[in-house]
Amino acid sequence: MAYNFDWSVLWRQPYGMWLLQGLWVTIKIGFLAWIIALSLGIVIGTLRVTPWKFLRLFSSAYTELFRNIPFLVQLFFWYYAGPMLLGDRLGHYVNQIMGLNYYVAIFALGIYTASRVAEHMRAGFASIGKEQYQAVLSTGMTQFQMYRYVIIPYALRIILPPLTTEFLTIFKNSSIAMTIGVAELTFMSYRIDAETFHGLEATTGAMFIYLLLGLTVVRIMGFIESKFKIPGMIGR
Amino acid sequence: MIEIKNVSKWFGDFQVLKDINETIQKGQTMVICGPSGSGKSTLLRCINGLEPYQKGEIIVDGESLSDPKTNLYKLRQKIGMVFQRFELYPHMTVLKNITLAPMKVLKKSKKEAEKKAMELLERVGIPDKAHEYPANLSGGQQQRVAIARSLAMEPEYMLFDEPTSALDPEMINEVLDVMVDLAKEGMTMIVVTHEMGFAREVADEIIFMDEGRIIERGSDEEFFTNPKNERTKLFLSQILV
Repeated sequence: MAYNFDWSVLWRQPYGMWLLQGLWVTIKIGFLAWIIALSLGIVIGTLRVTPWKFLRLFSSAYTELFRNIPFLVQLFFWYYAGPMLLGDRLGHYVNQIMGLNYYVAIFALGIYTASRVAEHMRAGFASIGKEQYQAVLSTGMTQFQMYRYVIIPYALRIILPPLTTEFLTIFKNSSIAMTIGVAELTFMSYRIDAETFHGLEATTGAMFIYLLLGLTVVRIMGFIESKFKIPGMIGR
Repeated sequence: MIEIKNVSKWFGDFQVLKDINETIQKGQTMVICGPSGSGKSTLLRCINGLEPYQKGEIIVDGESLSDPKTNLYKLRQKIGMVFQRFELYPHMTVLKNITLAPMKVLKKSKKEAEKKAMELLERVGIPDKAHEYPANLSGGQQQRVAIARSLAMEPEYMLFDEPTSALDPEMINEVLDVMVDLAKEGMTMIVVTHEMGFAREVADEIIFMDEGRIIERGSDEEFFTNPKNERTKLFLSQILV
Protein backbone atom coordinates (compact mmCIF):
# COMPACT_ATOMS: atom_id res chain seq x y z
CA MET A 1 0.00 0.00 0.00
CA ALA A 2 1.39 3.33 -1.00
CA TYR A 3 2.09 5.99 1.64
CA ASN A 4 -0.23 8.97 1.39
CA PHE A 5 1.65 12.17 2.00
CA ASP A 6 -0.23 14.77 3.96
CA TRP A 7 1.94 17.80 4.40
CA SER A 8 -0.93 19.74 5.86
CA VAL A 9 -0.05 18.31 9.28
CA LEU A 10 2.61 21.02 9.34
CA TRP A 11 0.07 23.83 9.41
CA ARG A 12 -3.27 22.21 10.16
CA GLN A 13 -4.46 22.99 13.69
CA PRO A 14 -3.63 21.99 16.30
CA TYR A 15 -0.49 20.41 14.77
CA GLY A 16 0.99 23.59 13.30
CA MET A 17 0.61 25.23 16.68
CA TRP A 18 2.31 22.28 18.35
CA LEU A 19 5.38 22.71 16.17
CA LEU A 20 5.51 26.42 16.97
CA GLN A 21 5.09 25.73 20.68
CA GLY A 22 7.86 23.15 20.43
CA LEU A 23 10.11 25.63 18.64
CA TRP A 24 9.49 28.22 21.34
CA VAL A 25 10.47 25.74 24.08
CA THR A 26 13.57 24.76 22.09
CA ILE A 27 14.57 28.42 21.75
CA LYS A 28 14.02 29.06 25.46
CA ILE A 29 16.02 26.01 26.54
CA GLY A 30 18.82 26.88 24.13
CA PHE A 31 19.10 30.52 25.17
CA LEU A 32 18.84 29.97 28.91
CA ALA A 33 21.25 27.03 28.84
CA TRP A 34 23.63 29.14 26.75
CA ILE A 35 23.62 31.91 29.35
CA ILE A 36 24.62 29.34 32.00
CA ALA A 37 27.16 27.68 29.68
CA LEU A 38 28.85 30.91 28.66
CA SER A 39 29.11 32.54 32.07
CA LEU A 40 30.07 29.35 33.91
CA GLY A 41 32.38 28.26 31.07
CA ILE A 42 34.28 31.54 31.16
CA VAL A 43 34.78 31.27 34.91
CA ILE A 44 35.79 27.58 34.87
CA GLY A 45 38.07 28.08 31.86
CA THR A 46 39.77 31.01 33.55
CA LEU A 47 40.23 29.15 36.84
CA ARG A 48 42.11 26.46 34.90
CA VAL A 49 44.93 28.86 34.14
CA THR A 50 45.10 30.83 37.38
CA PRO A 51 48.15 30.55 39.65
CA TRP A 52 46.15 28.99 42.50
CA LYS A 53 46.52 25.24 42.54
CA PHE A 54 43.29 24.39 44.34
CA LEU A 55 41.19 26.38 41.87
CA ARG A 56 43.04 24.78 38.95
CA LEU A 57 42.35 21.32 40.36
CA PHE A 58 38.68 22.10 40.92
CA SER A 59 38.14 23.48 37.41
CA SER A 60 40.03 20.61 35.76
CA ALA A 61 37.91 18.11 37.67
CA TYR A 62 34.75 19.94 36.58
CA THR A 63 35.75 19.99 32.93
CA GLU A 64 36.78 16.34 32.81
CA LEU A 65 33.71 15.16 34.70
CA PHE A 66 31.18 16.89 32.49
CA ARG A 67 32.77 16.45 29.11
CA ASN A 68 33.51 12.74 29.54
CA ILE A 69 30.00 11.54 30.42
CA PRO A 70 27.36 11.30 27.67
CA PHE A 71 24.88 14.14 27.89
CA LEU A 72 21.91 11.75 27.89
CA VAL A 73 23.27 10.02 30.99
CA GLN A 74 23.86 13.36 32.69
CA LEU A 75 20.32 14.45 31.90
CA PHE A 76 18.83 11.26 33.37
CA PHE A 77 21.04 11.61 36.40
CA TRP A 78 19.94 15.18 37.16
CA TYR A 79 16.31 14.43 36.50
CA TYR A 80 15.95 11.18 38.39
CA ALA A 81 18.73 11.36 41.00
CA GLY A 82 19.21 15.12 41.23
CA PRO A 83 16.31 15.88 43.60
CA MET A 84 17.46 13.06 45.89
CA LEU A 85 20.83 14.74 46.28
CA LEU A 86 19.06 17.60 47.98
CA GLY A 87 17.92 15.47 50.93
CA ASP A 88 14.46 14.21 51.83
CA ARG A 89 12.55 17.41 52.51
CA LEU A 90 14.04 19.70 49.88
CA GLY A 91 14.07 16.85 47.33
CA HIS A 92 10.40 16.18 47.94
CA TYR A 93 9.65 19.85 47.51
CA VAL A 94 11.68 20.06 44.26
CA ASN A 95 9.87 17.02 42.85
CA GLN A 96 6.60 18.93 43.21
CA ILE A 97 7.77 21.80 40.98
CA MET A 98 5.63 22.19 37.89
CA GLY A 99 7.67 21.66 34.74
CA LEU A 100 10.69 20.37 36.66
CA ASN A 101 11.87 18.49 33.56
CA TYR A 102 12.10 21.78 31.67
CA TYR A 103 14.29 23.39 34.34
CA VAL A 104 16.43 20.28 34.67
CA ALA A 105 16.99 20.28 30.90
CA ILE A 106 18.21 23.90 30.99
CA PHE A 107 20.42 23.25 34.01
CA ALA A 108 21.92 20.01 32.68
CA LEU A 109 22.54 21.38 29.20
CA GLY A 110 24.02 24.57 30.66
CA ILE A 111 26.54 22.94 32.94
CA TYR A 112 27.46 20.29 30.37
CA THR A 113 28.12 22.87 27.66
CA ALA A 114 30.03 25.01 30.19
CA SER A 115 32.72 22.32 30.30
CA ARG A 116 33.11 22.62 26.53
CA VAL A 117 33.17 26.43 26.62
CA ALA A 118 35.81 26.18 29.36
CA GLU A 119 38.05 24.14 27.09
CA HIS A 120 37.68 26.69 24.30
CA MET A 121 38.60 29.41 26.79
CA ARG A 122 41.73 27.50 27.70
CA ALA A 123 42.68 27.29 24.02
CA GLY A 124 42.06 31.03 23.72
CA PHE A 125 44.31 31.78 26.69
CA ALA A 126 47.02 29.52 25.34
CA SER A 127 47.02 31.36 22.02
CA ILE A 128 47.82 34.65 23.73
CA GLY A 129 51.57 35.07 24.13
CA LYS A 130 53.16 34.95 27.56
CA GLU A 131 54.53 38.46 27.17
CA GLN A 132 51.06 39.90 26.66
CA TYR A 133 50.22 38.73 30.18
CA GLN A 134 53.49 40.19 31.46
CA ALA A 135 52.74 43.48 29.75
CA VAL A 136 49.41 43.73 31.56
CA LEU A 137 50.97 42.87 34.92
CA SER A 138 53.80 45.34 34.34
CA THR A 139 51.24 48.16 34.39
CA GLY A 140 50.39 47.27 37.99
CA MET A 141 47.17 45.37 37.34
CA THR A 142 46.25 42.44 39.58
CA GLN A 143 45.62 38.93 38.26
CA PHE A 144 41.88 39.55 38.49
CA GLN A 145 42.07 42.87 36.64
CA MET A 146 44.34 41.32 34.01
CA TYR A 147 41.83 38.60 33.15
CA ARG A 148 38.77 40.78 33.57
CA TYR A 149 39.85 43.74 31.47
CA VAL A 150 42.37 42.40 28.96
CA ILE A 151 42.81 38.66 28.67
CA ILE A 152 39.20 37.38 28.78
CA PRO A 153 37.87 39.95 26.27
CA TYR A 154 40.84 39.13 24.03
CA ALA A 155 40.42 35.35 24.34
CA LEU A 156 36.66 35.54 23.71
CA ARG A 157 37.28 37.33 20.44
CA ILE A 158 39.75 34.64 19.40
CA ILE A 159 37.36 31.78 20.19
CA LEU A 160 34.21 33.28 18.68
CA PRO A 161 34.14 30.77 15.76
CA PRO A 162 34.16 27.65 18.00
CA LEU A 163 31.69 29.40 20.34
CA THR A 164 29.32 29.71 17.38
CA THR A 165 29.53 25.93 16.99
CA GLU A 166 28.77 25.46 20.69
CA PHE A 167 25.81 27.80 20.48
CA LEU A 168 24.46 25.76 17.55
CA THR A 169 25.11 22.51 19.35
CA ILE A 170 23.17 23.64 22.38
CA PHE A 171 19.98 23.97 20.27
CA LYS A 172 20.58 20.59 18.69
CA ASN A 173 21.31 18.93 22.04
CA SER A 174 18.15 20.44 23.49
CA SER A 175 16.23 17.80 21.48
CA ILE A 176 17.54 15.21 23.97
CA ALA A 177 15.30 16.89 26.57
CA MET A 178 12.37 15.02 25.00
CA THR A 179 13.64 11.89 26.75
CA ILE A 180 12.56 13.40 30.07
CA GLY A 181 9.30 14.60 28.58
CA VAL A 182 10.06 18.21 27.75
CA ALA A 183 7.66 19.31 25.01
CA GLU A 184 10.24 20.84 22.72
CA LEU A 185 10.36 20.67 18.93
CA THR A 186 11.40 17.03 18.47
CA PHE A 187 8.92 15.93 21.11
CA MET A 188 6.15 17.76 19.26
CA SER A 189 7.01 16.19 15.92
CA TYR A 190 6.71 12.76 17.58
CA ARG A 191 3.42 13.82 19.11
CA ILE A 192 2.08 14.72 15.67
CA ASP A 193 3.21 11.30 14.46
CA ALA A 194 1.39 9.61 17.33
CA GLU A 195 -1.83 11.44 16.55
CA THR A 196 -1.81 11.42 12.75
CA PHE A 197 0.66 8.66 11.74
CA HIS A 198 2.31 11.31 9.54
CA GLY A 199 5.68 11.16 11.27
CA LEU A 200 7.59 11.51 8.05
CA GLU A 201 6.10 14.91 7.33
CA ALA A 202 6.30 16.02 10.95
CA THR A 203 9.97 15.01 11.25
CA THR A 204 10.83 16.65 7.96
CA GLY A 205 9.11 19.79 9.17
CA ALA A 206 11.07 19.71 12.42
CA MET A 207 14.31 19.23 10.44
CA PHE A 208 13.64 22.35 8.41
CA ILE A 209 12.76 24.35 11.49
CA TYR A 210 16.04 23.26 13.16
CA LEU A 211 17.92 24.19 10.01
CA LEU A 212 16.34 27.65 9.91
CA LEU A 213 17.01 28.15 13.61
CA GLY A 214 20.64 27.13 13.12
CA LEU A 215 21.13 29.41 10.15
CA THR A 216 19.66 32.28 12.14
CA VAL A 217 22.14 31.63 14.96
CA VAL A 218 24.98 31.57 12.42
CA ARG A 219 23.83 34.94 11.09
CA ILE A 220 23.64 36.46 14.55
CA MET A 221 27.07 35.12 15.52
CA GLY A 222 28.50 36.31 12.20
CA PHE A 223 27.28 39.79 13.05
CA ILE A 224 28.83 39.60 16.52
CA GLU A 225 32.07 38.30 15.02
CA SER A 226 32.35 41.17 12.58
CA LYS A 227 31.55 43.66 15.32
CA PHE A 228 34.18 42.28 17.70
CA LYS A 229 36.78 41.36 15.12
CA ILE A 230 40.29 42.22 16.27
CA PRO A 231 41.80 44.61 13.70
CA GLY A 232 44.70 42.99 11.91
CA MET A 233 43.42 39.46 12.41
CA ILE A 234 41.90 37.28 9.73
CA GLY A 235 38.12 37.53 9.71
CA ARG A 236 35.31 36.61 7.43
CA MET B 1 67.19 52.95 44.06
CA ILE B 2 67.30 49.36 42.84
CA GLU B 3 69.75 47.02 44.55
CA ILE B 4 70.47 43.59 43.14
CA LYS B 5 72.37 41.45 45.65
CA ASN B 6 73.88 38.03 44.85
CA VAL B 7 70.91 37.08 42.71
CA SER B 8 70.84 33.59 41.19
CA LYS B 9 68.05 32.02 39.21
CA TRP B 10 67.46 28.58 37.76
CA PHE B 11 65.10 27.29 35.11
CA GLY B 12 64.99 23.68 36.27
CA ASP B 13 68.61 22.56 36.36
CA PHE B 14 69.77 25.35 34.15
CA GLN B 15 71.20 28.36 35.94
CA VAL B 16 70.30 31.53 34.02
CA LEU B 17 71.57 34.09 36.50
CA LYS B 18 74.75 33.60 38.48
CA ASP B 19 75.39 35.78 41.48
CA ILE B 20 74.38 39.12 40.00
CA ASN B 21 75.29 42.26 41.94
CA GLU B 22 74.29 45.69 40.73
CA THR B 23 72.94 48.97 42.01
CA ILE B 24 70.97 51.49 39.99
CA GLN B 25 70.66 54.96 41.48
CA LYS B 26 67.69 57.24 40.90
CA GLY B 27 68.00 59.17 37.66
CA GLN B 28 70.55 56.81 36.14
CA THR B 29 70.35 55.02 32.85
CA MET B 30 71.86 51.57 32.75
CA VAL B 31 72.36 49.63 29.56
CA ILE B 32 72.63 45.84 29.59
CA CYS B 33 74.09 44.12 26.55
CA GLY B 34 75.32 40.65 25.78
CA PRO B 35 74.65 37.69 23.51
CA SER B 36 71.26 36.02 23.43
CA GLY B 37 70.73 33.54 26.25
CA SER B 38 73.00 35.49 28.55
CA GLY B 39 70.17 36.23 31.01
CA LYS B 40 69.59 39.93 30.22
CA SER B 41 65.85 39.72 29.71
CA THR B 42 65.46 37.36 32.65
CA LEU B 43 67.28 39.79 34.92
CA LEU B 44 64.96 42.56 33.75
CA ARG B 45 61.90 40.44 34.56
CA CYS B 46 63.27 39.69 38.01
CA ILE B 47 63.43 43.40 38.76
CA ASN B 48 59.66 43.88 38.48
CA GLY B 49 58.79 40.45 39.84
CA LEU B 50 57.54 38.93 36.61
CA GLU B 51 60.05 36.12 37.18
CA PRO B 52 60.98 34.81 40.61
CA TYR B 53 64.60 34.26 41.61
CA GLN B 54 65.83 31.55 43.96
CA LYS B 55 68.81 33.14 45.68
CA GLY B 56 69.86 36.60 46.76
CA GLU B 57 67.73 39.68 46.91
CA ILE B 58 66.41 42.50 44.76
CA ILE B 59 65.42 45.62 46.66
CA VAL B 60 63.44 48.44 45.09
CA ASP B 61 63.26 51.58 47.24
CA GLY B 62 63.87 49.51 50.36
CA GLU B 63 61.30 46.82 49.51
CA SER B 64 62.59 43.33 48.83
CA LEU B 65 60.87 41.52 45.97
CA SER B 66 61.34 38.13 47.58
CA ASP B 67 59.72 39.26 50.82
CA PRO B 68 56.27 37.63 50.88
CA LYS B 69 54.92 40.78 52.55
CA THR B 70 55.82 42.90 49.53
CA ASN B 71 52.83 43.69 47.33
CA LEU B 72 54.23 43.04 43.86
CA TYR B 73 51.20 44.56 42.11
CA LYS B 74 51.69 47.78 44.03
CA LEU B 75 55.43 47.76 43.39
CA ARG B 76 54.93 47.28 39.64
CA GLN B 77 52.92 50.49 39.50
CA LYS B 78 56.15 52.42 39.76
CA ILE B 79 58.16 50.21 37.39
CA GLY B 80 57.12 50.55 33.77
CA MET B 81 58.16 48.00 31.18
CA VAL B 82 58.50 48.07 27.41
CA PHE B 83 58.69 44.83 25.44
CA GLN B 84 60.46 43.80 22.27
CA ARG B 85 57.18 42.99 20.51
CA PHE B 86 55.28 45.99 21.96
CA GLU B 87 52.53 43.82 23.47
CA LEU B 88 49.79 46.36 22.94
CA TYR B 89 46.26 45.07 23.50
CA PRO B 90 45.17 44.41 19.90
CA HIS B 91 41.44 44.61 20.62
CA MET B 92 41.61 48.11 22.08
CA THR B 93 42.29 51.48 20.51
CA VAL B 94 45.54 53.27 21.27
CA LEU B 95 43.72 55.55 23.70
CA LYS B 96 42.17 52.62 25.58
CA ASN B 97 45.53 50.87 25.69
CA ILE B 98 46.99 53.87 27.48
CA THR B 99 44.08 54.73 29.78
CA LEU B 100 43.20 51.23 30.98
CA ALA B 101 45.71 50.86 33.82
CA PRO B 102 45.41 54.46 35.09
CA MET B 103 41.63 54.02 35.25
CA LYS B 104 41.56 50.55 36.80
CA VAL B 105 44.66 50.68 38.99
CA LEU B 106 44.98 54.36 39.89
CA LYS B 107 41.17 54.86 39.74
CA LYS B 108 41.54 57.95 37.62
CA SER B 109 38.43 59.27 35.93
CA LYS B 110 38.08 58.61 32.22
CA LYS B 111 38.45 62.30 31.45
CA GLU B 112 41.58 62.66 33.54
CA ALA B 113 43.13 59.49 32.09
CA GLU B 114 42.39 60.54 28.53
CA LYS B 115 43.83 63.99 29.07
CA LYS B 116 47.06 62.46 30.34
CA ALA B 117 47.05 59.93 27.49
CA MET B 118 46.76 62.68 24.90
CA GLU B 119 49.64 64.57 26.51
CA LEU B 120 51.75 61.42 26.33
CA LEU B 121 50.79 60.73 22.72
CA GLU B 122 51.78 64.31 21.94
CA ARG B 123 55.08 63.68 23.67
CA VAL B 124 55.84 60.54 21.63
CA GLY B 125 54.71 62.34 18.49
CA ILE B 126 51.55 60.49 17.43
CA PRO B 127 48.50 62.27 18.88
CA ASP B 128 46.63 61.65 15.62
CA LYS B 129 46.69 57.88 16.22
CA ALA B 130 44.66 57.96 19.45
CA HIS B 131 41.61 56.28 17.94
CA GLU B 132 43.42 53.76 15.76
CA TYR B 133 43.86 50.10 16.59
CA PRO B 134 47.44 48.84 17.11
CA ALA B 135 47.31 46.78 13.91
CA ASN B 136 46.98 49.97 11.87
CA LEU B 137 50.21 51.41 13.25
CA SER B 138 53.79 50.83 12.14
CA GLY B 139 56.16 49.01 14.50
CA GLY B 140 57.83 52.23 15.55
CA GLN B 141 54.49 53.86 16.27
CA GLN B 142 53.33 50.82 18.24
CA GLN B 143 56.44 50.90 20.36
CA ARG B 144 55.95 54.58 21.09
CA VAL B 145 52.39 53.83 22.17
CA ALA B 146 53.79 51.09 24.43
CA ILE B 147 56.14 53.62 26.00
CA ALA B 148 53.24 56.04 26.47
CA ARG B 149 51.19 53.23 28.06
CA SER B 150 53.95 52.65 30.61
CA LEU B 151 54.45 56.35 31.28
CA ALA B 152 50.73 56.80 31.90
CA MET B 153 51.23 55.06 35.25
CA GLU B 154 53.78 57.77 36.12
CA PRO B 155 56.47 55.23 36.98
CA GLU B 156 59.70 56.02 38.75
CA TYR B 157 61.60 53.35 36.85
CA MET B 158 61.41 52.13 33.28
CA LEU B 159 62.60 48.76 32.01
CA PHE B 160 63.19 48.29 28.30
CA ASP B 161 63.60 44.81 26.86
CA GLU B 162 65.24 45.15 23.45
CA PRO B 163 62.77 47.86 22.47
CA THR B 164 64.11 48.30 18.95
CA SER B 165 65.02 44.72 18.02
CA ALA B 166 61.72 44.02 16.24
CA LEU B 167 61.76 47.25 14.25
CA ASP B 168 62.68 48.08 10.68
CA PRO B 169 65.94 50.07 10.62
CA GLU B 170 64.29 53.35 9.69
CA MET B 171 61.93 53.13 12.65
CA ILE B 172 64.57 52.52 15.26
CA ASN B 173 65.46 56.17 15.65
CA GLU B 174 61.93 57.40 16.29
CA VAL B 175 61.83 55.08 19.30
CA LEU B 176 65.37 55.83 20.46
CA ASP B 177 64.69 59.58 20.31
CA VAL B 178 61.83 59.16 22.76
CA MET B 179 64.08 57.09 25.05
CA VAL B 180 66.93 59.59 24.90
CA ASP B 181 64.53 62.39 25.89
CA LEU B 182 63.28 60.29 28.79
CA ALA B 183 66.80 59.61 30.00
CA LYS B 184 67.71 63.26 29.77
CA GLU B 185 64.64 64.23 31.76
CA GLY B 186 65.98 62.13 34.60
CA MET B 187 63.92 58.93 34.31
CA THR B 188 65.65 55.96 35.92
CA MET B 189 66.04 53.44 33.10
CA ILE B 190 67.36 49.93 32.64
CA VAL B 191 67.67 49.15 28.98
CA VAL B 192 68.53 45.84 27.38
CA THR B 193 69.72 46.80 23.94
CA HIS B 194 72.41 46.41 21.33
CA GLU B 195 72.05 50.00 20.17
CA MET B 196 75.50 51.12 21.15
CA GLY B 197 74.90 54.62 19.81
CA PHE B 198 72.14 54.99 22.38
CA ALA B 199 74.35 53.52 25.09
CA ARG B 200 77.16 55.96 24.27
CA GLU B 201 74.83 58.91 24.36
CA VAL B 202 72.89 58.36 27.56
CA ALA B 203 74.14 55.39 29.57
CA ASP B 204 75.59 56.14 32.98
CA GLU B 205 76.66 52.54 33.22
CA ILE B 206 76.91 49.70 30.75
CA ILE B 207 77.09 46.09 31.80
CA PHE B 208 77.96 43.18 29.61
CA MET B 209 76.46 39.80 30.45
CA ASP B 210 77.45 36.36 29.27
CA GLU B 211 76.17 32.99 30.47
CA GLY B 212 74.29 34.50 33.38
CA ARG B 213 77.16 36.59 34.71
CA ILE B 214 78.07 40.24 34.53
CA ILE B 215 81.53 39.99 33.06
CA GLU B 216 82.26 43.61 32.33
CA ARG B 217 81.08 47.01 33.48
CA GLY B 218 81.90 50.40 32.09
CA SER B 219 80.74 53.92 32.47
CA ASP B 220 82.59 55.73 29.73
CA GLU B 221 84.05 55.47 26.26
CA GLU B 222 86.65 53.04 27.56
CA PHE B 223 84.00 50.29 27.59
CA PHE B 224 83.70 50.55 23.81
CA THR B 225 87.28 51.29 22.82
CA ASN B 226 89.20 49.19 25.28
CA PRO B 227 87.16 46.43 26.90
CA LYS B 228 89.15 44.25 29.29
CA ASN B 229 87.34 40.98 28.81
CA GLU B 230 87.98 38.88 25.69
CA ARG B 231 84.31 37.94 25.38
CA THR B 232 83.27 41.60 25.47
CA LYS B 233 85.88 42.45 22.86
CA LEU B 234 84.60 39.77 20.52
CA PHE B 235 80.98 40.80 21.05
CA LEU B 236 81.62 44.49 20.55
CA SER B 237 83.74 43.85 17.48
CA GLN B 238 80.76 42.11 15.94
CA ILE B 239 78.15 44.74 16.67
CA LEU B 240 80.23 47.89 16.26
CA VAL B 241 80.92 47.80 12.57
